[in-house]
Amino acid sequence: MSGPALSTRGLNKRFGSLVVAKDVALELPRGVRYALIGPNGAGKTTLINLVTGMLRPDTGRIFLGEDDITSLAPEARVRRGLARTFQINALFPHLSALEAVALAVCERRGLARVWWRGLPDYRDAADEAYAILASLLLGEHCYRLTHELSYGQQRLLEIALALATRPRVLLLDEPAAGVPKDESAELFTAISGLSADLTVLFIEHDMNIVFRFATRIIVMVGGSILVEGTPEEVAEDSRVREVYLGKSHHG
Amino acid sequence: MAVAAPGVAGPQQYLENQVRWRRVEIAFWLATVLPFILTPTYLSLASQIAITALFAVSLDLILGYAGIVSLGHAAFFGLGAYTAGLVSKFVWGEPLTGLLIAAAVAGLVGFATSFIIARFRHLALIMITLGLGLLLHEAANSASWLTGGSDGLQGVDIWPLLGTFKFDLYGRTAYAYSLIVLALLFLVARRLIHSPFGLALRGIRENAVRMSAIGAANRTHIRKVYTIAAVIAGVAGALLAQTTETVSLEVLSFQRSADVLVILILGGAGRLYGGILGAIIYMVARDQLSGLNPQYWYFWIGLLLVAVVMFLPNGVLGGLARLTRPWLGGRR
Repeated sequence: MSGPALSTRGLNKRFGSLVVAKDVALELPRGVRYALIGPNGAGKTTLINLVTGMLRPDTGRIFLGEDDITSLAPEARVRRGLARTFQINALFPHLSALEAVALAVCERRGLARVWWRGLPDYRDAADEAYAILASLLLGEHCYRLTHELSYGQQRLLEIALALATRPRVLLLDEPAAGVPKDESAELFTAISGLSADLTVLFIEHDMNIVFRFATRIIVMVGGSILVEGTPEEVAEDSRVREVYLGKSHHG
Repeated sequence: MAVAAPGVAGPQQYLENQVRWRRVEIAFWLATVLPFILTPTYLSLASQIAITALFAVSLDLILGYAGIVSLGHAAFFGLGAYTAGLVSKFVWGEPLTGLLIAAAVAGLVGFATSFIIARFRHLALIMITLGLGLLLHEAANSASWLTGGSDGLQGVDIWPLLGTFKFDLYGRTAYAYSLIVLALLFLVARRLIHSPFGLALRGIRENAVRMSAIGAANRTHIRKVYTIAAVIAGVAGALLAQTTETVSLEVLSFQRSADVLVILILGGAGRLYGGILGAIIYMVARDQLSGLNPQYWYFWIGLLLVAVVMFLPNGVLGGLARLTRPWLGGRR
């Protein structure tokens, strides 16, 4: 196998005296389904913000494949194949689902600068957007405005927007947050059906989901990585039981 | 708002429906010729309305679509007006070249300031645009050797349009000229908002953070639309200078920036026709009400503004669209 799809070295970040990332070293091989777990305030979302460039690390480096992306702006990282979703829906309320995904497709293809031709002239962009939505079961709802979609559909649209950027690495921040339990399994079935080339890291609190869908698990506590391993290894690990599972199972 | 019509065949059809010319639109543009027949003594007012409408359309591109609030948009209107006036005074009075030069000057200044604009949002942006507007107003005021200061620019002399149509007292040429320029630039703006770029602008308005998370270069988009809006505002200003053959300091005033904002909110921002409708309502109301009691005219505008914002959050046009949606189908 070639080198990791995404890696970090010695990532540190503090807000005043609060350490939110401490010497974080990640290595995500291509095609894995990684779960990132840990108690609230462990720095999981912060880690996604650091990796995607929404926060600047104090020290440390971030690599996408071979390339050092530490100094790139968030949108430049996206264009190189690093996409994310948000824990709290960050969508375009007054665009229809189709328009929103078509927008992401146009941005990726460099069409968004074109102002003298109509959007309908780009048939394949619309078709591609529709295909992405259909693959996430949003095909028949795609003409509705985003804010009119149900909450669960909006969670799926979060993923559709990220997929439209054709990522190599996809970071999902609690994709099933707020979704009823039975639907969240459905959502993760959709996620596990994504291309095998795609590297996925997801934050999730439901341990049933984590152990069902993750090929490997990272446990974070207090801004640093406590354990990294297969689900079996993590389940066996006494430190994990102590700080996380033991105290607040299913928390 | 846009509810997919039941007969939508596919994504292609849906997008084409959004861009399609509506009958209402065609009827509206045909109706703009009516003042020539119905109110031939009011053509000067009609011309002023067309100019104000164009100015409001330019503000709509940045405010209604990209969500950039500006309280200093008169800067570009005024730049266009003074440029057109000065060209006619010192170079020649040919109107079309004057219009082009004014557009270029406003566009250049728009492009230069867009680098500042693109870095800020919300309150900071309001203050910056306000500041830039005040700056230019004072600069024009103190450069009275060039601009005539508070006395206004004297000696503007515009040659007949295309060497044939003189700018007459009744405003026939003025209205025809303003209306044609409005229609042409409206076509450009309409094309723009239905382009991928226009979609990106709406994306910035809706959620700028998400835009960068799908790989969009927001600042580049904002710089571009700000420059385009400056060009259009400059053309509007130049039209006013040419059709009235005077330029007063008022073209750069805060009042004018505020008025165009009021007009756009009144008519409905983010709908392209909102600025035009707002300009018609505002200018006709001002003409009628200020005849009754000139001092209190802003009382009524204030009342109207509060009422519209409270009861019709999407402006008069948004209210109309809601009323007529059952008849017109999926109209945005």
